[in-house]
Amino acid sequence: MADKFTLHFIDYAIMAIYFLFVLGIGWALKKYMKSSSQFLEGGKSIPSWITGLAFISANLGALEVFGMGASGAKYGLMTAHFYLIGAIPAMIFLALFMMPFYYGSKARSVPEYLKLRFDEKTRGFNAFSFAIMTIFASGISMYALARLMEVMLHWNFNYSIVASAVIVLVYTYLGGLKSAIYNEVLQFFLIVVGFFPLVFIGLQDVGGWEGLTMKLNDVAVGKGFAAGTWTSTWHYLGSASTNPMGVDWFGMFMGLGFVLAFGYWCTNFLVVQRAMAANSMSAARRTPLIGALPKMFLPILVIVPGMIAIALMSRPENGLQLIGDNGQTDYNMIIPSMLVHYYPTGLLGLGITALMASFMSGMAGNVTAFNTVFTYDIYQSYIVPGKSDNHYLKVGQFATIFGVAVSIGAAYVAANFNNIMDFLQLVFAFVNAPLFATFMLGMFWKRTTGNAAFWGLITGTAAAALHYSLTIAEGKGGWIAQLVEYPSGMAQGFWTAIYAWSVCFILTIVVTFFTKQLKTDADLRGLVYSLTPKTYDEPGIPWYEKPVIMAVIIGAISIVLTIIFW
Amino acid sequence: MDMDIRIPIGLLFVVLGFILAVFGLFSMNDTELYTRSLGRNINLWTGVIMLVFGGLMLLSTRRKVKK
Repeated sequence: MADKFTLHFIDYAIMAIYFLFVLGIGWALKKYMKSSSQFLEGGKSIPSWITGLAFISANLGALEVFGMGASGAKYGLMTAHFYLIGAIPAMIFLALFMMPFYYGSKARSVPEYLKLRFDEKTRGFNAFSFAIMTIFASGISMYALARLMEVMLHWNFNYSIVASAVIVLVYTYLGGLKSAIYNEVLQFFLIVVGFFPLVFIGLQDVGGWEGLTMKLNDVAVGKGFAAGTWTSTWHYLGSASTNPMGVDWFGMFMGLGFVLAFGYWCTNFLVVQRAMAANSMSAARRTPLIGALPKMFLPILVIVPGMIAIALMSRPENGLQLIGDNGQTDYNMIIPSMLVHYYPTGLLGLGITALMASFMSGMAGNVTAFNTVFTYDIYQSYIVPGKSDNHYLKVGQFATIFGVAVSIGAAYVAANFNNIMDFLQLVFAFVNAPLFATFMLGMFWKRTTGNAAFWGLITGTAAAALHYSLTIAEGKGGWIAQLVEYPSGMAQGFWTAIYAWSVCFILTIVVTFFTKQLKTDADLRGLVYSLTPKTYDEPGIPWYEKPVIMAVIIGAISIVLTIIFW
Repeated sequence: MDMDIRIPIGLLFVVLGFILAVFGLFSMNDTELYTRSLGRNINLWTGVIMLVFGGLMLLSTRRKVKK
């Protein structure tokens, strides 16, 4: 398959022009990078439509494009739960309830909030686990990019790694967070325009939505499920045995919709950092809401291609083969394979550029989150405190180089373990799930103590590891014993998250009653709900920019979408 | 504001859209090229859409300055 097409001059020209613009944005922002706050926080000066698009674009890396496409094929439209229940409610909650604490407090990062609210050790634990997590996430996007260049364009894997690392390094080193955010917006539009024709032609090929539904009915029946399983969201969630994901409504609602979604969107500094760079409190609160609007429609771009692919692949005469097919089906390659299958010279260049844009935004997003946490929460806190701001600006720039360099290492680790993506999903369940319990208690219950938060977090993470060690799914986990077998890795991940969150939540409450609150009410002003003055919108903003009104509209649209695709 | 991001985005879309649209016009009769895309001249269509989007982005910056 990979040999049946070649790229022409025009395809390379499109890629080259894109790289020129990306580097140019970094270059143009270079002269503004005069302080650590400019470099690491974007100077808190960016309008909300930009931070809002960057908010979702920083996520649209390899994990989302490969993972959601693959899940669209394996589980069908059910994958849209990652958007409708797995993102929108959490983004609304972040905007309305949590943003005032992040943006209103003096915290420059999520770990720093934990220090102000709880204590030094809670921050340290979160800063280190987050730093390691971002490096792996960035390395995986880098690996995915280089692997793609290798199988699609026959470029050398090592050169591709170095080339992508250098480009991302140059524009994040020159323009810092602001350059990453601006480029994420550019990349977002490019991803939309690069993938949309694929969905358009693909749908036409299978006979529209009706034709797709009919073909997927055959696929579902062929795999032993009811006919509509691949084209519905909630309908077959009554029991775990009637859907391919092997999850029932409770696991979906609690595991994905509550613990994992809120844990990821509300506490992960990668996304929260984008909102914190906004130019006012109401702009910061609007950021997740502006992101939520296009987020609801992303399944069309990333999940529907997977559904089209599985429908076409059920009949070999359709001629769709997955790239890098060595006898086994690699669902991760669905979107690249379909680009090659449908796109002529010219558009193919644009499609590949869109893929590169996606992976680069994934890399740059993680690198800019890493350098901030490294500089403020690790270097300034534990290694060399009390220096001039210029010193920390230099360290931030150095941390950018360091972060990219370590990501290269992580990319080679990813290349050697074929299940690295599952591994990272697992790390999210270990790190983010218990952290959300800590945040909920910390933000809404002023009695919660630092010691309780720390031990709750450690035990919650340990509970996640223990649950994973005692259960097995698709041959993974079960290091100690195999007490329960889940039908899919996703089901296992959801339940791991539920146990981790519950253990952290309960233990933090229990320990709080046995430990002394060391923070006074004055310390906690602006950090805890009951001690913070209510947030008012800036006077004179129009109704459609008010966070509460936007949240109601977005909630209503997502409910309508849920009902239509029930 | 240090830089209006709508300008580079608009420019990139206009440039890429122009390239795709012109290429689409010149390959109008190349039926072999477009068998993959079910006979549609998808280069021309995508190019035109990008041109319009990029143009609107650039126009929106103009209007702001006049105010």
